[in-house]
Amino acid sequence: MSELFPVAVTVNGTRYERNVEPRMLLSDFLRHELGLTGTHVGCEHGVCGTCTVIFDGQAVRSCLMFAVQANGHEIVTVEGLGTPENLHPLQEAFWDAHALQCAFCTPGFLTTLVPFLEENPNPTEDEIREAIAGNLCRCTGYQNIVDAVKLAAERSKAKGNT
Amino acid sequence: MKPAPFKYYAPTSVEEALAHLAEYGYDAKALAGGQSLIPTMNFRLAQPSVLVDLNNISDLFYISPDENGGLRIGAMTRESQIEHSALVAERAPLLYEAMPHIAHPQIRNRGTIGGTLAHADPAAELPAVSVALNGRFRLRGQVGERWVSADEFFVGFFTTVLEPDELLVEVALPPMPPRSGWSFQEVARRHGDYALVGVAAMVTLDDRGRCQQARLVFLSVGEGPVEAHQAAATLKGQAPTPEAIRAAAETAASADVDPSSDIHASAAYRRHLVNVLSRRALEQAFERAGLRD
Ligand SMILES: Cc1cc2nc3c(=O)[nH]c(=O)nc-3n(C[C@H](O)[C@H](O)[C@H](O)COP(=O)(O)OP(=O)(O)OC[C@H]3O[C@@H](n4cnc5c(N)ncnc54)[C@H](O)[C@@H]3O)c2cc1C
Ligand code: FES
Ligand code: FES
Repeated sequence: MSELFPVAVTVNGTRYERNVEPRMLLSDFLRHELGLTGTHVGCEHGVCGTCTVIFDGQAVRSCLMFAVQANGHEIVTVEGLGTPENLHPLQEAFWDAHALQCAFCTPGFLTTLVPFLEENPNPTEDEIREAIAGNLCRCTGYQNIVDAVKLAAERSKAKGNT
Repeated sequence: MKPAPFKYYAPTSVEEALAHLAEYGYDAKALAGGQSLIPTMNFRLAQPSVLVDLNNISDLFYISPDENGGLRIGAMTRESQIEHSALVAERAPLLYEAMPHIAHPQIRNRGTIGGTLAHADPAAELPAVSVALNGRFRLRGQVGERWVSADEFFVGFFTTVLEPDELLVEVALPPMPPRSGWSFQEVARRHGDYALVGVAAMVTLDDRGRCQQARLVFLSVGEGPVEAHQAAATLKGQAPTPEAIRAAAETAASADVDPSSDIHASAAYRRHLVNVLSRRALEQAFERAGLRD
């Protein structure tokens, strides 16, 4: 085993400190070291998007970063978005619009779309499709995912108006 | 799969990074956004024994206006920062328009301009764009620095003039000449996929509205960015009429490029795309040149 490096990272608001080999991928760190298995791993070469996490506010591939590189940074994974009792509005919209079947892809869609909707609360359908172009889903055919994003955007607009 | 073990350095200055690269030579690799390097390490296609991480070198992250009206961009500037920069939109609109074609938002949030240029993927957008814009790159080694034009930087399939102990530290883009227009066009199977063919076009009109200079630089049709010199020569001194544009596009497809077939597209289809995209790019670029002075 090679030299270990300290990693101090805030994940979903909790601070964690671990010592890791530099070759440990951030995705494996989240799953194996922290037990946060909501972040899924599909391809490990940046193509499928299921490992997406929110890194300092931006969606990134956790399979294309080393855990050491997260030292001093802040991460939100799907576990940090909502709880089963208190879903994130986008999770609720996914539920209502049937935007998931097996759900293997869902964590990556959610972590991609939460920062996207913060930046662009009123997206067009084309913008939504472009935003999710880097996430693969083998079940839904994407249509219901697009519908869910529209639903979430409409609901947040309606809420803002009341 | 998982990467093989490596020694890891995370320097905070360029000098320190260069010292590590000089010490380990071909065994070391610079780690920029990691969006090309880490996939190849995950597959163990690359097994560098030393990684020199550039992500903590704050001096390499910037987009700044150059006194001459152009732009200076630090090598570690993320693709997404360039994509959202008003300064880039104003001073290098060709670069600005090409950005959303690179991969996906999650990749652009990490991937860097220096990384994509140093990687020199023949299907990548920015090598072609930097040639079309007459970009110049500042390369630094322990013994000193040198400037290399984009033209001379790319020497083949995933190959540049960078020595193993050198870093690309800065990209300089000259100001756009007056009466210039630009266009970026590509065809990909799915938004964000590597292009089957793409083209970066820059044109400049003279004061009588004739073509003074045209540059068409293609991606995904050769071992690196491929410039259509013969098509450009047919346009020089001509009024940019639909006929002249059509003839130039045909010259580009028949004489300037020699694409090959792969699982994504046949050579014949790529040639067809060169023709169609050249025409679209030239039409748009000349129209824009006429609107700007
Ligand atoms: C799914 C997917 C799709 C993609 N699609 C596209 C696409 O459509 N178009 C496209 O252009 N790209 C695409 N990319 C690649 C992406 O743009 C990469 O970010 C980019 O090519 C490499 O930049 P990087 O900063 O990540 O470099 P890294 O991966 O960190 O490095 C790449 C190489 O360059 C070297 N290097 C990096 N920086 C320097 C430097 N400053 N000086 C010297 N050497 C250096 C490294 O040692 C390494 O050999 C895609 C990537 C993925 C994973
Ligand atoms: S596992 Fe990271 S993109 Fe597929
Ligand atoms: S719901 Fe099964 S892969 Fe998307």
